[in-house]
Amino acid sequence: MASEKKFEPTNPTLKWVEDRLPIMGLIYSSLGAGYSAPRNLNYWWNFGVLAGFMMMVQIITGIVLAMHYVPNIELAFDSVQHIRRDVNYGWLIQAIHANGASMFFIVVYVHILRGFYFGSYKSPREILWFLGIIIYLIMMATGFMGYVLPWGQMSFWGAKVITSLFSAFDFIPFIGGGIVEWLRGGFSVGQPTLNRFYSLHYLLPFVLVGVVILHVWALHIPGSTNPLGIDAKGPYDKIPFHPYYTAKDAFGLGVFIIFFAGFVFYMPDFLGHPDNYIKANPLVTPEHIVPEWYYLPFYAILRVIPDKLMGVVAMFSSILILFAMPWLDGARIRSMQFRPLSKFFFWIFVVNGLFLGFLGQKPTTDIMMGVEALLLAQLSTAYYFGYFIVIMPLVSRMETTKPVPTSIAAAVLDANKKG
Amino acid sequence: MMKYIKIKGLMATIASATILFSGASVNAAEEGMMHPESNGFTSTGIFGKFDIPSLQRGLQVYIEVCSACHSMDLVAFRSLEDIGYNIDEVKAIAAEYDYEDTFDDDGELITRSGIPADYFPAPFANEKAARASNGGAMPPDFSTLIKAREHLGFFSSTYGEDYVVALMVGYEEDAPEGVEMNEGLYFNHYFAGNQIAMAPPLFDDIVEYADGTPATLHQTAYDVANFMAWASDPTMQERKEMGLKVMLFMFVFVILLYFTNKRVWRKVKKGEDIDPSKL
Repeated sequence: MASEKKFEPTNPTLKWVEDRLPIMGLIYSSLGAGYSAPRNLNYWWNFGVLAGFMMMVQIITGIVLAMHYVPNIELAFDSVQHIRRDVNYGWLIQAIHANGASMFFIVVYVHILRGFYFGSYKSPREILWFLGIIIYLIMMATGFMGYVLPWGQMSFWGAKVITSLFSAFDFIPFIGGGIVEWLRGGFSVGQPTLNRFYSLHYLLPFVLVGVVILHVWALHIPGSTNPLGIDAKGPYDKIPFHPYYTAKDAFGLGVFIIFFAGFVFYMPDFLGHPDNYIKANPLVTPEHIVPEWYYLPFYAILRVIPDKLMGVVAMFSSILILFAMPWLDGARIRSMQFRPLSKFFFWIFVVNGLFLGFLGQKPTTDIMMGVEALLLAQLSTAYYFGYFIVIMPLVSRMETTKPVPTSIAAAVLDANKKG
Repeated sequence: MMKYIKIKGLMATIASATILFSGASVNAAEEGMMHPESNGFTSTGIFGKFDIPSLQRGLQVYIEVCSACHSMDLVAFRSLEDIGYNIDEVKAIAAEYDYEDTFDDDGELITRSGIPADYFPAPFANEKAARASNGGAMPPDFSTLIKAREHLGFFSSTYGEDYVVALMVGYEEDAPEGVEMNEGLYFNHYFAGNQIAMAPPLFDDIVEYADGTPATLHQTAYDVANFMAWASDPTMQERKEMGLKVMLFMFVFVILLYFTNKRVWRKVKKGEDIDPSKL
């Protein structure tokens, strides 16, 4: 069962094409029966396919929206309303795209944390992991610029706050002072900013597709990891991707679409900000400027350090530190199923990340549980970095692990015996 | 066992997330501000439908009262067909307004009466004129106002239409003791900071409803808020109706996918294909 099959068409026309351009074979051996995957993948392994699905949804709806959207500061807000009111099914396309961004981030966050838990970043999948981080960074840039396009109050003020962050690098000789003006195309956020953000918001998704292809290519070299974290070696450890995982992913995708449709049809504005229903006004500052929910943990980290440069450095480091994970984690065993202490700190890390997100949308001066929100954010940030710099290197090298099964097939038989 | 622990961790995460973000929605309760009550609008909920008679009454309140100060730039007369008017009625409503945006063959500006393709005209020529007539305050445009006043949370949400009703009935002729009022502002229980530049706009019998409904303060507030909600989100009913079909289809489809998956995996799941002697 384990051996990888080649695509050998019997139909003469297909064979004629395949001999000249083996494109069907490529698909067959990357998503079809020609690709074999560990037989014990659980539902957490659905999220890669879901992320790919969301990328396609965003690109297709985005292309349609671009046919009706006007990147002009006087007309942008009204053109989005025009899409929602007058364009045939424009309300549907716009709601799918706006909520789709959030859905894309939700599935990618789960996908990343699945990688954390099951040690997907460990050898020999380091480059696969790096490509994933690059995908995430491109998503963040694309998502931010997309949020600016409707030119509502939060769009405008969010753009202003985020671009002004780069003034932290003003001290760099020659280029320093000009970065912010260069990003905005002027001294303030205005027409040139909107135009370039629109251009880049259209370009970056296609760059993303390119990196995703590399990501999938890198995945196919060692193949998927699995919940046990042991290499698939024996003849019974792997099964063909099709029909097993196509069937499983189809079911997962169906459940996810119900979740997605719930937002699109019944609460299309839940994940947005009400102030973005007010046209951008450079003279009126919103009471609290908050980024979209998926940036909130990083926004909280940005604000914990009173120094602007250090805050920006901390925010960028919080993501760039992921690149070091293959070496910070020194465990011989990939999966946290067999690393109880690591698992404990991992779940604290997840809850801590949510807490950081919660703090990101609060003013730092708020009093919570009797202390200033700033102090809580500082403690929470300390855990965030401590998890990578202290806990992960130490715990992974010192912890007593549980016995690991000899092979995937053996574990399957074992589990079956126990019922 | 493994599965149990995994689920426990996950549940703890979901529980803590819920606790965290439920706190987020409560923060609207600023000092001195009252929380708007729910008015049971027919448009809320997953089967929400527009209440056409109420929308038509709301349009009447908008035309006769609110439109003196508030624009509604993004709503065209043609869209009034969605709230139960036939094309002749729409033409008659549009014809009530004059537009100066066309030229005759000599290049002279002419005045023409409105047609269904026109948008509701703004009461003031520009923002400066609007502020000058309203004590320095800018009456907000109605096109998306209800959405801009909506605060959605996991456990408690304030809908824009409930806020508008509360604002309309929330005036107090005399400010409570200890509240220092600024010149030209009015006390309102529901407005942020409690001081609003808009004089109480609605009161009993401010309009005489065409359908004979008694035009109490609460009734007019309810109707105009309902109308504004439609103006902000005119595709609400279409959206929810399609949502129901999509959901019903997806539930059936997912059940089929579930059994397909189960069937495909039947042997492999239990490892029946594995020859233990070859491990």
